[in-house]
Amino acid sequence: MTRYFVTSILVCLLAASPVSYAVDTTQMPTPELQKRYLGLTHELRCMQCQNEAIADSPVSLAADLRRQVAEMLNAGKSDDDVRNYMVARYGNFILFRPPVSTKTIWVWATPGILLLIGAAVAVRITRQRAALVDQDNEPVEEDIRSS
Amino acid sequence: MNRFLIPLGAFVLLAIVLAVGLKHSPEKGIIASPLIGKPAPVFTTTLLNDTSAKFDSAEFKGHWTLFNVWGTWCFACRDEHQALLDIAKRKEVRMVGLDWKDEDPTATQWLQDQGGNPFDVIATDHDGRIAVDWGVYGAPETFLVNPQGVIVHKYVGALTMEAWEREFLPRINAKS
Repeated sequence: MTRYFVTSILVCLLAASPVSYAVDTTQMPTPELQKRYLGLTHELRCMQCQNEAIADSPVSLAADLRRQVAEMLNAGKSDDDVRNYMVARYGNFILFRPPVSTKTIWVWATPGILLLIGAAVAVRITRQRAALVDQDNEPVEEDIRSS
Repeated sequence: MNRFLIPLGAFVLLAIVLAVGLKHSPEKGIIASPLIGKPAPVFTTTLLNDTSAKFDSAEFKGHWTLFNVWGTWCFACRDEHQALLDIAKRKEVRMVGLDWKDEDPTATQWLQDQGGNPFDVIATDHDGRIAVDWGVYGAPETFLVNPQGVIVHKYVGALTMEAWEREFLPRINAKS
């Protein structure tokens, strides 16, 4: 029994430990650059395996793009310089968070619209149920017992 | 009746959203290049098997160029090789190859195995920097560069004679 207990605790600890699968082992010279590097490599799409970020992809093109990001940051370029560089070559598709424009506005608006629809449905259901309570003249169990 | 209206409306809306998404999704992974209409990226690099000779992007000026990005590790490059050889025979454009992430001896052997070298000149991109500058995301990719050095067209995937006649030749004939 105790053995199972210990084992399960160990399994839980193992699952909770922050294991990082080292696709990318790049170390930037300063913590600040490292933070920006990680941010950028997680928001740029690997164009070969289109639903992965370049930070997580083992393909060689992703490695080339990570090298590009690291070099540009080390050369003192801003995050936007890096994004613009990538967009100029690969298009908005390389950004997981595309800029708001007339072409991409529906991408950004859809969640809001869906939320509004959900809220409207919720309000409607609540009102209907409240109305049902008002109409309900049947004595509930407690009323019967106390009378 | 009314209680079916909302789910039905939601379903139709979702269907429209998904239909639009499908229609506009990058077809077979092909993504329009923002480089079309822009000057070809500037670069200088060594030639295949000849580290003393250089290819300079200034050489695009003055003639139509087919710029083909290939590699020996790329399977679709085998499929398009005969088309490249056939296009080369027609002498309609200058053929420039970019050997992407290869070792020179491997590339030379590969060209022999595929039935010959279709290119007038082969530039090398050993570390992949030139390909990144061209927005290449998967070989083979074929660019058409006009005599002013501007990228006119990009074709992703194995090139065929049909594609050459349909997508490249009309552009050359219209503007030359």
